[in-house]
Amino acid sequence: MFIPHTQAETEAMLETVGVKSLADLFKDVPQKYRFPKLDLPDALTEMEALGELKEYAEANESVDSLACFLGAGAYNHYIPAAVDSLLRRSEFYTAYTPYQPEISQGTLQAIFEFQSLIANLTGMEVANASHYDGATATAEAGVMAYHHFRGKRGKILVSEAIHPQYREVLCTYLCGYADLHVESGSSKQNPLATPDSLIPQIDADTALVLVQYPDFFGRVFDLSPLARKTHEAGALLGVIANPTSLGLFKAPGEFGADIVVGEGQPLGIPLSFGGPYLGYFATRKEFARKISGRLAGETVDGQGRKGYVLTLTAREQHIRREKATSNICTNQGLMALAATIYLSLLGKQGFKQVASLCYQKAHYAAGKLNRLKGFKVDQTIPFFHEFVLHCPKPVTQINDMLLDQGFLGGYDLSKDFTTLKNQMLVAVTEMNTKDEIDALVETLAEVPND
Amino acid sequence: MTIQPNLKYTNSDEWVAVDGKIATLGVSDYAQGQLSDIVFVEVNGAVGEMIQKKATVATIESVKAAADVISPVSGKVVAVNEGLSNTPEQVNSDPYGAAWLLKIEMSNPAELDNLMDAKAYEKYCNDRSH
Amino acid sequence: MTEPTIYELSSPGRIGVEFPRPDVPLTPFPVALLREELPLPELSEVDVIRHFTALSRMNYSIDTGLYPLGSCTMKYNPKINEETARLPGFVHTHPLQPEDTVQGNLALMFQLQEFLKEISGFTAVCLEPAAGAQGELVGVMIIRAYHRWRGDEKRVKMLIPDSAHGTNPASSAMSGFEVVPVPSDASGNVDLNALKSLCDETVAGLMLTNPNTLGLFDENVLKVIETVHAAGGLVYGDGANLNALLGIARPGDLGFDVMHFNLHKTFSTPHGGGGPGSGPVGVAKHLAEFLPTPVVKIIEEGSDELPPLYGFDHPKQTIGRVKSFYGQFGMIVRAFTYIRMHGPDGLKKVSEYAVLNANYLLSKLQGAYVAPYKRICMHEFVLEGCWDDAPEIHALDVAKRLMDYRFHPPTNYFPLIVHEALMIEPTETESMQTLDAFADALLKIAEEAHHQPELLKEAPHDTPVSRLDEVKAAKDLVLCCWLPEDY
Repeated sequence: MFIPHTQAETEAMLETVGVKSLADLFKDVPQKYRFPKLDLPDALTEMEALGELKEYAEANESVDSLACFLGAGAYNHYIPAAVDSLLRRSEFYTAYTPYQPEISQGTLQAIFEFQSLIANLTGMEVANASHYDGATATAEAGVMAYHHFRGKRGKILVSEAIHPQYREVLCTYLCGYADLHVESGSSKQNPLATPDSLIPQIDADTALVLVQYPDFFGRVFDLSPLARKTHEAGALLGVIANPTSLGLFKAPGEFGADIVVGEGQPLGIPLSFGGPYLGYFATRKEFARKISGRLAGETVDGQGRKGYVLTLTAREQHIRREKATSNICTNQGLMALAATIYLSLLGKQGFKQVASLCYQKAHYAAGKLNRLKGFKVDQTIPFFHEFVLHCPKPVTQINDMLLDQGFLGGYDLSKDFTTLKNQMLVAVTEMNTKDEIDALVETLAEVPND
Repeated sequence: MTIQPNLKYTNSDEWVAVDGKIATLGVSDYAQGQLSDIVFVEVNGAVGEMIQKKATVATIESVKAAADVISPVSGKVVAVNEGLSNTPEQVNSDPYGAAWLLKIEMSNPAELDNLMDAKAYEKYCNDRSH
Repeated sequence: MTEPTIYELSSPGRIGVEFPRPDVPLTPFPVALLREELPLPELSEVDVIRHFTALSRMNYSIDTGLYPLGSCTMKYNPKINEETARLPGFVHTHPLQPEDTVQGNLALMFQLQEFLKEISGFTAVCLEPAAGAQGELVGVMIIRAYHRWRGDEKRVKMLIPDSAHGTNPASSAMSGFEVVPVPSDASGNVDLNALKSLCDETVAGLMLTNPNTLGLFDENVLKVIETVHAAGGLVYGDGANLNALLGIARPGDLGFDVMHFNLHKTFSTPHGGGGPGSGPVGVAKHLAEFLPTPVVKIIEEGSDELPPLYGFDHPKQTIGRVKSFYGQFGMIVRAFTYIRMHGPDGLKKVSEYAVLNANYLLSKLQGAYVAPYKRICMHEFVLEGCWDDAPEIHALDVAKRLMDYRFHPPTNYFPLIVHEALMIEPTETESMQTLDAFADALLKIAEEAHHQPELLKEAPHDTPVSRLDEVKAAKDLVLCCWLPEDY
């Protein structure tokens, strides 16, 4: 265990404090409720604990043994060994939030570099030190848009084609605001409608138009017409962007996004059953003071040496309290560091290689699956590494069969979209070999489609 | 801590200069001292906008605090100190002069009656100090 | 000692990690949609390793030394947690896998829910919130949802003690509540009379940290909770200070209705330089159906031969989802490991020694420093970082000078109700020798404050950088090291 005190030290300390026993320290606790007996299993030694945890871990199946074709917000990418090697340096992971900058320059400079990488990737001018995940970053985009218009614009217009969980979280966060409502694209009956179908709903009451890029169904659109119309109405354009896709496709900043958010898990963070992940948030410099979350800024010390500090902290909860625009305190510091290391290791060329591999393999898979009897993939709209596979049977049945054969099948879209029955969202990354893809196709070829 | 004798003051440290129907607003020397080095000033009112008494008309930020500036009067905004956003430190160096925030054409000058004069404000600040 | 940025180290054409050539026939790219420039740096693996290693060496960390940060509970982060969290069977599971393929994960989450319930005395727990602040937001939202469900729209106010952490009023405001401060009395408890006069049918609840941010167990906690309940309000507990209560008292027993846990404080998961944390929420019976979705439950009871079948459940009046997937799973594994290694006796020892260590330090320091509350403290305590007879010295100067003694400063300027506050929480994992060294440093600094104040004013002297110009940082606002338009 981790408490170092010996019996002799305990006695000496009790004497210094002036009490007879440890129990005497708790006299303020109402006697009736003092010292409850906790019904918990007895302590294990480290060796035993590891054994027990291994049992839990081994009771799972994982992408180690299953060929993964599942994405929908969490992606199986290769993580270079150097990432975890650096993350395990305890000067990084056992460090506190860098409120005392003189002894936290490592953390602060890493955050500053993270901010720069995200800004560059998204084509924006500033980025913050992270949010909990892509869903909460999306919610914070809504909150920021609301505050930007000082409550004078009450509508957040959201495309149907964003991650269903992100929409849920956005709604959970915004229901505290009496003068704000979330409106869905009217294509409810057709979630596969294009982003331009949102245009008729943009009006003078719209604070933010929110789309995903590539969208939840993997498709990549030219969002500049939507951006133009959004700005003509005086509203802001928010884009939820998959970071890997930005290794290939135009940065949202280039076509007029005002806020870019997303999930940074693809950047060197393992699947880890959904967490810890990494929300990122980028915007234009004019909005820098409205961003929630931490910001690292460059400055100098008394001797003129360059250094970094947390800045604009007056916006945050520990100073503004109820007037803060958000309540975020702890963010995802170590995960932001992972992303920074990952992007540094891959760099301009490596990152483009990964994105290209995802694109090529996904298109290969889509082409072969489309040729199977009973299956169809719409390849008319450009896509990145995910696509919708129309199946001859319910997706649950197909996935059961795939699981038996050692595959983790794609996401069942009928769970969230009633009009998308028998449709599966398939993801392909650089981790899927051609052999795996061929094997998937062969297995699906066995699906009877009576 | 300086107090300008011919101004009126609120208990949230705003000062008001009155010239006919026009009220000019700023924050007092006491306020800038409490906030310390000002890094940012944002005036929320736009020229032509109608504001109500108690509306937040500006935000002033230093490294250690951020403060809302509350208007003690209602009326129409007729001028905004645009240059202040480039030189926020003027709030520290010249709080009663160059760092005026905005001018309001008052719709109800009687609202001024609730404010303190220079002497009352000075006592108020002295009572508050630690 | 300045380390260049990754952009300054970049050299065109360098690559750290390469990937295979495509093993599939190529499909043309949609050229019109492609980006032309990808402004990322180009470094070799050696560059990256040396760069981040250099950065790490500029950091203070728990593994380097004591962090006496009040309300942060910077206890030692056990290395075994890092092993268990990295077991491939956990790390390589996709959150959307079929539930019957992740029974190990679900069983572990269910068990942690059960452990936290037992430790806190609550009926139901949700592991989803990503950090303490998010857990608080959830707690406040649950209170709002509960009153709405009862048909009571009048309760628009949230009472918050003036000693509260800033996330409390921020979370309340985000949920649409009007924040009403409640004063503390001279002994550091919630002022009961003030509370009584504030409690009426417009009050939704009270957010209470107990022990509070002064490190004091509220002597009237039962009456405080009763008063709020009698007025029809609910009591939210900020669990940041739970390190004083493990096996000592259960918030659920005391009458709290809802509470958040900080796994990265009480349960040893590492702070990571600013996260990830984890902020599960526990509730009493009447609030169980309002928890965020999803929670883990047993779908089919086990038998002698078979373990139970676990799955996700959606509470019937859920406030909704607060983040994607299920929570900070990696931190959940670490907290689970920690609790298994302590057991009930070990957890009680944690709190006993956290409180002993704090009182020991308080005893050694309260002569040289003003201690505003002369009571037995819990796991933390507050001192004033200033002296009437050394008027130029502020708590900030004491804090900076401590760095020269190789200690991280305590929490500064919080709670707001103590002048020039220094809030100190040693935690139970610090030895008597470390505490003695820390106390000695602070005693020396008190001396210096009176006789050599310039040593404090100019501190720190021995760190990679000295005091940084925060005004310049906020005014010039340089937030990126490289933007394409700049070059």
